Amino acid sequence: MFTLNYRDSQPIYGQIKDGLRRMIVSGALEPGEKLPSVRAMAMELAINPNTIHRAYSELEGEGFIYSVPGKGSFASKREAASAARGADPEREAKLIQQLRELVAELRYLHYTDDEIIALMQEEAGQ
Amino acid sequence: MIEVKNAVKTFDGFAALDGASITVPDGGVYGLVGPNGAGKSTIIRHLTGIYRPDSGAVLVDGAPVYENPEKKALIAAIPDDWYYFQSATIRDMMRFYKGFYPNFDMARYERFKEVFTLPEKSPIRRMSKGMQKQAAFWLTMCCRPKYLILDEPVDGLDPVMRRQVWSLMMGDVTEHGTTVLVSSHNLRELEDVCDHVGIMNKGKVLLERSLTDLQENIVKLQAVWKPGETPVLPREMEVLHTSNVGRVYTYIIRGTAQAVTERVAQFHPLMVEALPLSLEEIFIYELGGEQYAVKEILL
Repeated sequence: MFTLNYRDSQPIYGQIKDGLRRMIVSGALEPGEKLPSVRAMAMELAINPNTIHRAYSELEGEGFIYSVPGKGSFASKREAASAARGADPEREAKLIQQLRELVAELRYLHYTDDEIIALMQEEAGQ
Repeated sequence: MIEVKNAVKTFDGFAALDGASITVPDGGVYGLVGPNGAGKSTIIRHLTGIYRPDSGAVLVDGAPVYENPEKKALIAAIPDDWYYFQSATIRDMMRFYKGFYPNFDMARYERFKEVFTLPEKSPIRRMSKGMQKQAAFWLTMCCRPKYLILDEPVDGLDPVMRRQVWSLMMGDVTEHGTTVLVSSHNLRELEDVCDHVGIMNKGKVLLERSLTDLQENIVKLQAVWKPGETPVLPREMEVLHTSNVGRVYTYIIRGTAQAVTERVAQFHPLMVEALPLSLEEIFIYELGGEQYAVKEILL
């Protein structure tokens, strides 16, 4: 599904969260699609199942996934995630910080603000 | 639950265990780390009922394990030098294991033929060290133990097999709630699989924590200050280490990433960023100050 980068200073559960989030946001995991079971993930990545539990429960808290007792975890519809805005202020702060850095770097490369805004609208229109 | 309470074991006046205590919660994966001669294997030999402590207690589910067949039936172990009978084959050893472990899973034994592609009917003594280790895993995991105790388990296994056996063990942990205690030098490897870690030196356990606690209560912070405005961080912040390359300062601070970042942000840095630490780094900083010997483990 995805590989862990052992040289990354990001802890493993964070890497799993990021990986799954990216798959959900990009549509690689469609709304309602089942996520691999904790056991399957633990065996696939050869890591402690608690690490996966933790990633799943945090993603659930942020609204990216939901779980059905006895059935497993599923990717949420996009509305569920937007309802959970504010669930992870740290992550939001980080994303905004990244956006600022990206904008600063594009400006440095002489992109105009209009061009940057157009790019964002293009992404939003998708 | 496995508990070792203040165990002391002396061999000819040498204290191999000098008041060691560990607690392994059920369903946990516990990593025991320490330099050679720290007492890891001695603790393991106590847990498997081979040694009796001079003083202190070694308990499995609340009862002493020494000479206690009922408790020992719950435990399967792979010692660093796995014993097999002269000229025995894997199949012979399987019969031996089956005689001791009532839950021995024959179906699993058959399935594992596909995983460990070892000759089942040739003498174990003719196999390479790594192959013998695989044979030990094959048989031990078929015992379906409640407690799986491993002394330097993946020594001698190639990377593919190493991953394979960890994967199988993690499957058992998830599905059956198997409790695993593993001793190792390799912190990198333990970081993936363990949820609790104990670090030993000279017959004592210096530190025992859940991995999450360890990782979330210490932060590496990078901050850039305006020229000439580098602040002195207040004492109560528990700064364990400071270094700088030009204007980029790196601090190791005790606390959660969020709290520490907010606190440092009050000093108006140009940029501040919290970076997580690896298990190896945490051990160096947690123990490096007081316990110089610990550094040697990690080099």
